[in-house]
Amino acid sequence: MLGFLQHPVMVTAEVNLNMVALTAMGLLSRLWQLAYPRAVVFDEVYYGQYISFYMKRIFFLDGSGPPFGHMLLALGGYLGGFDGNFLWNRIGAEYSSNVPVWSLRLLPALSGALSVPMAYEIVRELGFSHCAATGAALLVLIENALITQSRLMLLESVLIFFNLLAVLSYLKFSNSQKHRPFSPRWWFWLVLTGVACSCAVGIKYVGVFTYLLVLGVAAVHAWHVIGDQTLSNVRVLCHLLARAAALVVLPILVYLLFFYIHLLLLYRSGPHDQIMSSAFQASLEGGLARVTQGQPLEVAFGSQVTLKNVFGQPVPCWLHSHQSTYPMIYENGRGSSHQQQVTCYPFKDVNNWWIVKDPGRHQLVVNNPPRPVRHGDVVQLVHGMTTRLLNTHDVAAPLSPHAQEVSCYVDYNISMPPQNLWRLDIVNRESDTDVWKTILSEVRFVHVNTSAILKLSGVPLPDWGFRQLEVVGEKLFRGYHESTVWNVEEHRYGRSQEQKERELELHSPTQVDISRNLSFMARFSELQWRMLTVRSDDSEHKYSSTPLDWVMLDTNIAYWLHPRTSAQIHLLGNVVIWASASLATLAYALLFVWYLLRRRRRVCDLPEDRWLRWVLAGALCAGGWAVNYLPFFLMEKTLFLYHYLPALTFQILLLPVVLEHVSDHLCRSQLQRSLFTALVVAWFTSACHVSNMLRPLTYGDRPLSPSELKALRWKDSWDILIRRY
Amino acid sequence: MLCATSRLLAARAASALPAHPRGRGPAPRSRRRELHFPGHPELPPGDLLAGRFAGPSVSTGRRAILRRGRMPPAAGGGLAGSELRPRRGRCGSQAARAAGRDVATETATARSPKRPAPLSSRRFEAAGRWALLALVTLTSFATRFHRLDQPPHICWDETHFGKMGSYYINRTFFFDVHPPLGKFCAFLGSMLIPLAYLTVLELSRSLPAALLTAALLTFDTGCLTLSQYILLDPILMFFIMAAMLSMVKYNSCANRPFSAPWWFWLSLTGVNLAGALGVKFVGLFIILQVGWNTLSDLWHLFGDLSLSMVTLGKHLTARILCLIVLPLALYIATYAVHFMVLNKSGPGDGFFSSAFQARLSGNNLHNASIPEHLAYGSMITVKNLRMAIGYLHSHRHFYPEGVGARQQQVTTYLHKDYNNLWIIKKHNSNSADPLDPSHPVEFVRHGDIIRLEHKETSRNLHSHYHEAPLTRKHYQVTGYGINGSGDSNDFWRIEVINRKFGNRIKVLRSRIRLIHLVTGCVLGSSGKVLPKWGWEQLEVTCTPYLKETLSSIWNVEDHINPKLPNISLEVLQPSFPEIMLESHLVMIRSSVWTSFFLTTFLQGNNGLKPKDNEFTSKPWHWPINFQGLRFSGVNDTDFRVYLLGNPVIWWLNLLSIALYILSASIFAVAVQRGAHLPVKVEGLSQVLLRGGGQLLFGWMMHYFPFFLMGRVLYFHHYFPAMLFSSMLTGLLWDTLLRLCAWSLASYPLARCVHVLGILTLLLGTAYSFYLFHPLAYGMVGPLAQDPQSPMAGLRWLESWDF
Repeated sequence: MLGFLQHPVMVTAEVNLNMVALTAMGLLSRLWQLAYPRAVVFDEVYYGQYISFYMKRIFFLDGSGPPFGHMLLALGGYLGGFDGNFLWNRIGAEYSSNVPVWSLRLLPALSGALSVPMAYEIVRELGFSHCAATGAALLVLIENALITQSRLMLLESVLIFFNLLAVLSYLKFSNSQKHRPFSPRWWFWLVLTGVACSCAVGIKYVGVFTYLLVLGVAAVHAWHVIGDQTLSNVRVLCHLLARAAALVVLPILVYLLFFYIHLLLLYRSGPHDQIMSSAFQASLEGGLARVTQGQPLEVAFGSQVTLKNVFGQPVPCWLHSHQSTYPMIYENGRGSSHQQQVTCYPFKDVNNWWIVKDPGRHQLVVNNPPRPVRHGDVVQLVHGMTTRLLNTHDVAAPLSPHAQEVSCYVDYNISMPPQNLWRLDIVNRESDTDVWKTILSEVRFVHVNTSAILKLSGVPLPDWGFRQLEVVGEKLFRGYHESTVWNVEEHRYGRSQEQKERELELHSPTQVDISRNLSFMARFSELQWRMLTVRSDDSEHKYSSTPLDWVMLDTNIAYWLHPRTSAQIHLLGNVVIWASASLATLAYALLFVWYLLRRRRRVCDLPEDRWLRWVLAGALCAGGWAVNYLPFFLMEKTLFLYHYLPALTFQILLLPVVLEHVSDHLCRSQLQRSLFTALVVAWFTSACHVSNMLRPLTYGDRPLSPSELKALRWKDSWDILIRRY
Repeated sequence: MLCATSRLLAARAASALPAHPRGRGPAPRSRRRELHFPGHPELPPGDLLAGRFAGPSVSTGRRAILRRGRMPPAAGGGLAGSELRPRRGRCGSQAARAAGRDVATETATARSPKRPAPLSSRRFEAAGRWALLALVTLTSFATRFHRLDQPPHICWDETHFGKMGSYYINRTFFFDVHPPLGKFCAFLGSMLIPLAYLTVLELSRSLPAALLTAALLTFDTGCLTLSQYILLDPILMFFIMAAMLSMVKYNSCANRPFSAPWWFWLSLTGVNLAGALGVKFVGLFIILQVGWNTLSDLWHLFGDLSLSMVTLGKHLTARILCLIVLPLALYIATYAVHFMVLNKSGPGDGFFSSAFQARLSGNNLHNASIPEHLAYGSMITVKNLRMAIGYLHSHRHFYPEGVGARQQQVTTYLHKDYNNLWIIKKHNSNSADPLDPSHPVEFVRHGDIIRLEHKETSRNLHSHYHEAPLTRKHYQVTGYGINGSGDSNDFWRIEVINRKFGNRIKVLRSRIRLIHLVTGCVLGSSGKVLPKWGWEQLEVTCTPYLKETLSSIWNVEDHINPKLPNISLEVLQPSFPEIMLESHLVMIRSSVWTSFFLTTFLQGNNGLKPKDNEFTSKPWHWPINFQGLRFSGVNDTDFRVYLLGNPVIWWLNLLSIALYILSASIFAVAVQRGAHLPVKVEGLSQVLLRGGGQLLFGWMMHYFPFFLMGRVLYFHHYFPAMLFSSMLTGLLWDTLLRLCAWSLASYPLARCVHVLGILTLLLGTAYSFYLFHPLAYGMVGPLAQDPQSPMAGLRWLESWDF
C-alpha cells in the first residue's frame, strides 16, 4: 500500500537549452513593442470588423475563409475586454483607447514565436542533425516577412503555426510507430495531427493543401503497414481504422465544431442577413425573425404572402407589381401586351403582397378552418394593392424575348383572354401531398396553359420599369434552377372582405408567434455554401501580385506609414533567405531526380536509411512548398505576397536539410567540408545582416531619411514610400 | 484506319499457325484446353498441338515480364474460344504467353486432350472473330446512319460549327447544312465503336468484354445523337479513341521494339494526338494520358539492366520523334492550312490585333500603306491590346448627372468609326498648325508629353480625380476643353513598352501606354459595359495601379499624316510563328473556345441564344445523366431531339466505376498483403488492375479537369470520358463474371454464369435502347409528363425535359 514511500520521488528532467533559447528569441522578436503602431495596419482593417461583430454577437458572412481564424482573433479581443466599438474603416486610423491592441495581436504573435522551436523540432524529427535543426529555426527567426506578418492582427502566422504543428505531430507519430504503436504517446500525436490539420483548414481554405499532403504521406505509410506481413490482419485493420478516425473523421468533426461555436456566438441579425435564405434569417435574433415570428405556418387559400426568389441574383428580391403598364412599343420596335408590369423588387414594399386565391371561388379571405394549399394545387395569385391576377401569355418578355411576358391581367376587351392559372410545384416536398409552408417550402409556379415557369431573369428593366428586375415565364428550360424557385417570406391570413380594409391590412405589419428553428446541419450547410459562393466584386489592389513575383521577392506590400514621420511597415522578406531557399528547392529537385535515376540502374549513392530520410524530408518540405504555392496559379482571386508565406516556411525548412546533405555526401574530403562550412557561415552572416538592415521596415519603429529609404530599395519593383516635402 | 487495322489482324491470323518461335513455351494452348466450355465444338487445333507437345518447359521470364507491365490474359472459366490466342511472331500480348506457361505445365500433365478438332476450325474461328467485328461495325453504322436526314433544319451547335464548315468550303458566310459534312460526322461517330471494341479486346483479350463495350456504345442514345449532327465532338472522340487504340497496340508490341508494327502504332499514336489537339483543346487530356503511359513505359525500360544506355537512348529518341515532333509538325501544318484558307476578313476580326488583321483581305488594313512613325499632327486610331476591347472613342454626349464631372464621354468601341480618330498634339503649343507644310516634321518619341485631341469634337483626352463611372477605384476619363485648349489635366506621357527614351513610335508594332501627367495614372479600359447613357460601349478609366496589364496597353492602328511617306504594311506583317502564338493566345484568353464562336456568330437572334444557366450544366451533373440538352424543337408539337445518355447504360457505368474501385482495391490490398492468388485469378486481377487502370485513368483525365474550368460547360463535354467509362464497364463485368464462374467451378453449370451474365447485359442494353431510341431519332407529340406521349413513363428524373 505504502510501497511507493520506500523509494524517493525522482524527477528527471531533460531540458534542451537549444529549444529554450530559440523559444525565448522567438518570443522576443515577435512580442517586442507589440502594441506599436497603435493604428490600423493593412488588413487589420478587414479582420477587425469581424472581431467587432463577434464582440457584438452580430451575424456576418465572410467568404474569405472558415470562421476559426476569425474566432481566434476575437478570442484575443475577448481576453483583452474589447467591446467591439471601433469603426474599422481606414488603414492608418488611430486606435481608440477601448481597443486592446496588445491582446488582439497576441495570438498571432505567439503563433509566430512558437513556429521557431517547431521548425527546430521538425528538422530533428526528420532525422537531421541539431546543427541543421538550429539553422532552420534561426532562419525562421530572422525572416523579416514572417516577423511582420505575425506581429499584426492577421491570420497567416496562425495558419503557418498549425501547418507546422500538423507536420511535426505527424512526424512524431510516425517515428513512434516503429517502436510503440497504440501507446498513449502514439495516440496523442496521431490525434494532434488530425486536430492541427482541421485547425489549419479552419483558418484558411488553403490549409487544405497541407492537410492533403499529410494525408498523402499517411496513406503511403499506411500502404507500407498493409504490406508488412509480420502484422496480423486484425492489427493491420486496427492501424487503418485508427488512422481513418484520427485523420479523416476527427478533422471533419472539429471543422463542424468551429461552425457550431461560430453560430452559437453569432445569434443577432446583422448587415449580411440579406444573402441568406429566409429560413436562416428567421433563425437569427432581430431582423427578419422579428417580422416572421409567429406567422401561420401553412399557406391557405386567402393567405396574404410576399414571395422571395431563392436564387437572389443579382440581388435578393420579392415578386412585385405596380400600377404602371408595359410600354405599348419597346425601344427596339417590338410590341408588348400593354398590361400591368410584374417585376422583382429588392426592397420591402406594400406592393410585394400577393393573395393566394382558389380559382373556383371568389373570396379573398381565409376560411375557418383554413384550407391549406398543397403540392399540385392550381392557384391564382392576386396582387394585393391592385387586385389584378398574375398572368402570362404568348407575348415575348421585354428583355428576354425567348421567354414569355408576365403581367397582371388588365381586361382591354380585346381578343386576349386571361391565362392566370398556376400549378403549385413544391420543390423540396417530402410527399406529393405536402402543404405549402411559409419560409420552409421552395415552390415553383407552373403556368397551366403554356407550362411556362415563373422565373426571375435578373435583367434590370429600363426606366419605364423603374430599373426593377425582369420576371418572365420560362418555356425553353424547364429543368431545376434556383431562379425559378420562390418561397413565402411574410405571411398572414387575410381577413378583410373589402378592398379598402384589405389595403389597410396589407400596410399593417405581420405578427403572432411561433418560432422556427433550423437544425445545426441545415444552417451549417447553408452558411458553408454561401461562403464558398459569395463573390467579392472589384478586387483590384495596388499591391496585388502574381505567383511568379513571389519566388524571388519581386514585390512587397506597404502595410503602414506613420502619419507624420517616414516610419513605415512593409511586408518585405529577407532577400538572401528567399533566394537561397528557392535555390535549395531547385537543388533538391535535381539531386532527387539524379539519385532516383541512378537507383533505377542499381547504383545506390546513399545508404537505404539515408535515402528514405532524404525522400521524406523532400516529400514534406519540398512537397509542402509545392502544394502551398502551385495551386495559386489556378486561382482567379486577387493575390498578395503574404499568400506565399506558408510555402516559404516549408522552403526554409528544406534549406538546412539540403545544406547538410551537401556537406555530408557531396563534399568528398575534409578540406572541402571545411570550406563548405565556412561558406555556409558567411552566407548565414549575410542573411543576418540583411535582416538587420530591413529591421526598420519590419518593425516600423524608426523613421528613415529619404536617402536611407532609397538605399533600401534594392529592386525597382519594390514600393517603398518616400515622403515629398 | 480501320483498313490498316484489319489488314494487320488478317496478317496475324494468317501467320498464327506455323511453329512456335524458339524459347517460347507452347503453354497457352494447353491452357485453353482447360478453359474450354464443355460441348463447345471448336477446340482450336493449336491447343491440340500444344497439348500433345507440351513438355515440362517452365518459363523463366514470367515474373520479369509481369513486372514490366505487359497485359496478361483474361484467364478463368468462360466462353470457350472467347479469348484471343496470343499471336506468335507478331506483337501479341507478351504476358499472355508468359502467364499461361505455369498453367501449361500443370494442365498438360494433368489432362490429356479431350478430342482432336479439325484443322479447318482454326480458320473458322478466325473468320468468326472477323464476322463479329464486322457485325459490330455494321450495327454501329446502321444505328448512326438511320434517319440521318432528320430533322432537316439546323440544330443547336450546328449553327456555329456548320458555319465554320461552310467557312472553309465557300469562304463566305452563306450557310447551308452540307450533307457530306453530316455523313462524315456520322461515319466518324460509327467508327468509335469498332475502335472501342478493339481497344477492350487488346486490353482484356476477351471477346465478351469487347462485345459488351461495343453494345454499350452502340445502344447509347447520347453517343448516337452526338454522332448524327455536324459537331466537332464525333471528330474529337474519333481521334481520342484512335489514339487510345494505337497506344494500347504499341504497348502490346513492347516485346518487339523497333519492329515495323511497333513503329507503325507508335507513329499512328502521334498522328492521332495531333488530330485530337487540332480539333479541340480537350484533346490535351489524351495527350497527357499518352504522355503518362510513355513515361511509365520508359521508366520500366530504364530499370531493365539488360538494356544498354544506347538502346535506351534509341527508345527515348523514337518516342520523342513519334510522340512530340511528329504531332507538333502535323499540328503546325494544320494551322498553316487554316491561315491560308481563311484569309478573308470576317466578324472575328475585332478580336485580333491590328497586325493580325493586316493579313486578312477585305480588312481596311490589308494591303494598306501608312506612315510608319508617329509624328505630331498625325491623325490616328488607338486600339486596346486586350482582346475585344476596341478603339479609344469619344462622342458628343456628356456623362450624365451624378457620374463624375459632366464632361464629354470617352469610351472604347469595337467597330471602326470616325469618332475613333484622334490627333496627336504637343502639350504646350496649339497655335502652330503642325500640318503646315513649312513646318518640319517632328516625330513623337518615347517619353514625350503629348495631348490627344478628338478630331470630330476638338476636345482633349482628359482625366482628373473623379471616380470612374463603373470602376470606383479608378479615375474618370473625359473629353475636355474647347477647340483644343484645355488645362494641364490634358497632358499625357506616351511610353513604349520595353523601349529606351527618345525612340520613335511605330504604327501597329509599338505597344504604348499613356500616363496621365498630373495624377500619374495609366489610361486603360476596364472592359465593363456602360449603361444606356454610354450607348453600351465599354468604360475607359485611368487606373492608379501601375501594373502592366494588357488592358492598359494600346497600339496605333490607322495613321494619317500627309507629310510622311507611306510604307506598305507588308513589312509589318507578323511572321507565321507570331500568328500561331497570337491566335492561341486569343483562344486561351477568350477562355471559352466554344463561346468565342457562339458570341461571334450567334449575335443574330435565332431564339436559341444560350443564356447562362439554360443549356450550361455543372460537371457533377454529367455522370449521373442529370440533365440533357435540347438539340432541336421547342414546342410540344415540334419534332424534338434531346441529347441524353441512355440512363440504363449511364447508371450501369456509374455503378461499374464504384464496383471497379472496390474490386481493384481488394485485389491490390490482397497482393500487398502477400496473398497467393490462384493463377487464374491472378491473371484476371492483372487484367483488372492494368487494363482497367488505364481505362479508369482515361476516364478521370477526361472528366475531372472540367471541375477546374471556369468556362461555360455543356453536357456534351462529358462524352469522351463516357467512352472510357463504357470500356471500363465492359472489361469489368466480363472479368467479374469470369471470377464468379471460377469460384463456382465445382458446380455443374458454373460456366453458364458467365454466358448468362453477358447475355443479360447485352439484351438489357438493347432493350433500354428500344425504350429510349426516340430521344435520338426524334419524338413528336406531347411532352413526357403527358400519358399520351410516346415517352410517357420514361421521364425517370424530374430534370429531364423531353
